[in-house]
Amino acid sequence: MGSNPTVIRDATRVELAKDRGLIDDVIERILALAAKHGFDAGSGFAIRLAIEEAITNAFVHGNSTMPHDATVTVEYRVSDCSVDVAVEDRGPGFNPDRLPDPTREENLSKPSGRGVMLMRAYMTEVVFNDSGNRVRLTYRRES
Amino acid sequence: MAQAESRLRVSDRDGVTTVEFVDRNILDEANIQAISEEISALIDRTETPKLLISFSNVDHLSSAALGALITINHRVRDREGQLRLANIDPQIYEVFVITRLNKLFEIHDTADEASASFA
Repeated sequence: MGSNPTVIRDATRVELAKDRGLIDDVIERILALAAKHGFDAGSGFAIRLAIEEAITNAFVHGNSTMPHDATVTVEYRVSDCSVDVAVEDRGPGFNPDRLPDPTREENLSKPSGRGVMLMRAYMTEVVFNDSGNRVRLTYRRES
Repeated sequence: MAQAESRLRVSDRDGVTTVEFVDRNILDEANIQAISEEISALIDRTETPKLLISFSNVDHLSSAALGALITINHRVRDREGQLRLANIDPQIYEVFVITRLNKLFEIHDTADEASASFA
């Protein structure tokens, strides 16, 4: 039995309702911790963007077939070496490998489908669990 | 009369409508929807709109905001208008490059350059 690569050991866990204030609070908390551990403004931009995309995907797509008050769980751990954030929705999940490439000419003028691609572009590592309802974002400090 | 507070600063000069954002972060779904509707109404005011969107105050932008810009671009083109983007922070411009949307939009360094580029 393989271990789940999206698990973050000793993480802080927050359960979010779809409320902008609560979402901003948790993102600001993670960014403040990252800054405290020496991650610079450029890293902060990347981390904010990826978390934002993951949480939006979780509420808009992940929980789309769930009751209106379905929550999203955010787990995070920040160290001097890395920022790890996991975002999990209550939905059935999806297959991230089947997403069309939004940078292909025929997809450029489509208004959606860029969230996962941006997470991958800005994070060191992006891993989904088998069912696809949980993603772990890892940003490692460049050595 | 109660009206939803505008998230935009709008000015008209020489036939060009310039839009700036009040918010530094354009991330929230509901906010993006409101902005999109407001800009759509501006586009629909004129036959062949010339629209300049300035990002001078903007620090963060989500993929949902990019999606809204694409929809706005479609609407402008449907009316045979022209859309220009300007004053994009280098970090945000990088998002346009990564998504290749710098190929879809006409982007200028400054609002003055963008204004001068309208045919």
